[in-house]
Amino acid sequence: MSQQPILEIRSLSAGVEGRPILKGIDLVIRAGEVHAIMGPNGSGKSTLAAVLAGRDGYEVTGGQVLYDGKDLLDLDPEERAREGLFLAFQYPVEIPGVNSTYFLKAALNEVRKHKGQSELDAMEFLTLVKERMKILDLDDDLLKRSVNEGFSGGEKKRNEIFQMAVLEPRLAVLDETDSGLDIDALKVVSHGVNKLKRPDNAQLVITHYQRLLNYIVPDFVHVLVDGRIVRTGDKTLALELEEKGYDWIIKEAEAVAA
Amino acid sequence: MSTATETIEGLVKQEYKYGFVTDVETESAPPGLNEDIIRLISAKKQEPEWMTEWRLKAYRHWTTMALPQWAHVHYPPVDYQDITYYSAPKQRGDGPKSLDEVDPKLLEMYEKLGIPLKERERLAGVAVDAVFDSVSVGTTFKKQLGEKGIIFCSFSEAVQEHPDLVRKYLGAVVPHTDNFYAALNSAVFTDGSFCYIPKGVRCPMELSTYFRINAAKSGQFERTLIVADEGASVSYLEGCTAPMRDENQLHAAVVELIALDRAEIKYSTVQNWYPGDENGKGGIYNFVTKRGLCKGRNSKISWTQVETGSAITWKYPSCILQGDHSVGEFYSVAVTNNCQQADTGTKMVHIGKNTRSTIVSKGISAGRGQNSYRGLVKIQKSAAHARNFSQCDSLLIGDRCGAHTFPYIEVKNTTASVEHEATTSKIGEDQIFYCNQRGISTQDAVNMIINGFCKEVFRELPMEFAVEAQKLLGVSLEGSVG
Repeated sequence: MSQQPILEIRSLSAGVEGRPILKGIDLVIRAGEVHAIMGPNGSGKSTLAAVLAGRDGYEVTGGQVLYDGKDLLDLDPEERAREGLFLAFQYPVEIPGVNSTYFLKAALNEVRKHKGQSELDAMEFLTLVKERMKILDLDDDLLKRSVNEGFSGGEKKRNEIFQMAVLEPRLAVLDETDSGLDIDALKVVSHGVNKLKRPDNAQLVITHYQRLLNYIVPDFVHVLVDGRIVRTGDKTLALELEEKGYDWIIKEAEAVAA
Repeated sequence: MSTATETIEGLVKQEYKYGFVTDVETESAPPGLNEDIIRLISAKKQEPEWMTEWRLKAYRHWTTMALPQWAHVHYPPVDYQDITYYSAPKQRGDGPKSLDEVDPKLLEMYEKLGIPLKERERLAGVAVDAVFDSVSVGTTFKKQLGEKGIIFCSFSEAVQEHPDLVRKYLGAVVPHTDNFYAALNSAVFTDGSFCYIPKGVRCPMELSTYFRINAAKSGQFERTLIVADEGASVSYLEGCTAPMRDENQLHAAVVELIALDRAEIKYSTVQNWYPGDENGKGGIYNFVTKRGLCKGRNSKISWTQVETGSAITWKYPSCILQGDHSVGEFYSVAVTNNCQQADTGTKMVHIGKNTRSTIVSKGISAGRGQNSYRGLVKIQKSAAHARNFSQCDSLLIGDRCGAHTFPYIEVKNTTASVEHEATTSKIGEDQIFYCNQRGISTQDAVNMIINGFCKEVFRELPMEFAVEAQKLLGVSLEGSVG
């Protein structure tokens, strides 16, 4: 594996309002890989997603993040997005008055402009959208509505993956995409994510539960406890966590720290 | 990366691109107001005796009136003796007979504003009257309109050429006793636009007036009167700009609309007077009385306004629904950024049977802006089965601005139905971040959200101006979100 990784996190520390949350994360993600990050509530999973996407209010206190060899932390959130970093939000935001189709077209054309590609016109865009909607089994009607406004929890999550299908990111970070989904919706969403997997992209799946990983099968599972990755394994690690809970691994981590 | 609040504070700034001053020789009256000044204005305009008397009557009434204090705006008292009430570009001889004789500097200024007056460079299908300080500098398309019997000219010209119409309708909707600023305007108004659409004529093009305040320390007091006779229809647009100046300037206009049986008047405003700087220094006081009378059956008056400029806006375009089955509409977007204050809204007075009114008000506050909606829906005893629907939405950007809603409803007929809906929302950091995360810049995200918020109003504007209004909003709110 001499190829340059898509994402390389080196001893990353970060916090909110002076309170440390991430305390030295190391993680390497290469093209074609699916990584899962699991961990108990408050372990820093969503903070990691927020720091990668460049959300305001999160301070990086140490370490480095390289994205395709570039300093990711040096880029504005919109530049990161245009470079192909996509965050599927845990709580997708409603934007009343802004039409979903218009929004997504603006987003895609920003990405295309950045890549030096021509912008899609309305017809080309609609053709693309119709095709991608099938993957997520979405109702056409959603495109006519305002971004996420009045969507059910399941629709919001499916809409996130639909946007991902249109934007075709190089690295997708899925932040608790499974939370609030019933089993049928979970299958649809996972199916969508799997279909979007390609040899030249990668996915980082953040979840509390093992359940999602029955459908999105990771190459690596990392367990995050108190801002550190305390264990890395393959998919069987997720099953072990499911069976035994997080307690044993927390205790083990504490023992190591002591 | 700085915190969100710091970014907002750091970036609340905007450029006012119409802030230039045109260097033309002007002829001004000395500052101050008394009967002699009014006689001077009237004489300068070679007005008939009845007009002079009308002005003096208004002036005498004005001196007995007190300044209205009820609006939710704050400003130091205006010294009415320190204002110049007449300022006009100096004319050689008798004044311009055609556009070719207008001072080229004035034409150049209108070009800068994007309003070419020369017909060969005209805005497609829009007839323009332009008012510079106190005087109308030229009206385009007069001939084409004249062929249909439509009168579209400056107010001064109307007084000379169509005195019967002016006498009949001047003050019919907004009497000189109406309010403090209307009385002042009636006394000192210097020009404006006059428009008459004869029976059964649909005006074939948009009519438009551009107002420009140029001289320092001068007030602008224009008067617009539009009469649509039976079965006539017209769409009218006004735009306004002013240079950047440190002191506040007063703009107190009066607009009267009269719609007879089955007539329709659509009046759209894109107001972009200089709003003052980010610390609230300078800017226009925009104290305007606009009212339409749906006098005939099945008549309709529709107000659409996009208010982005002025330090203070005090304005309530209203409809008196006198004719049975008449319809009144009010669509408004008002933006306050930095230290701007707006107290705006409408009055819908239902008198006739089966009268209907719709109010859609969108207030946007950013910086330290204060935005108030003030509206009255009055259903009189005679207005059986009257209906009103009101919707007042406020959008806040940042955490130092304010939005206020003062709806008044008076219903004296039990068959009436009145609905009022109101919402307040905020452009949240999370919405901006969501857009950023999809590759959309903060400025584009704000524009997108604002345009979405205002679309019900924008779609009421004539097409070519809807685009202008969208851009204007973008400029007015530039940098208001970090």
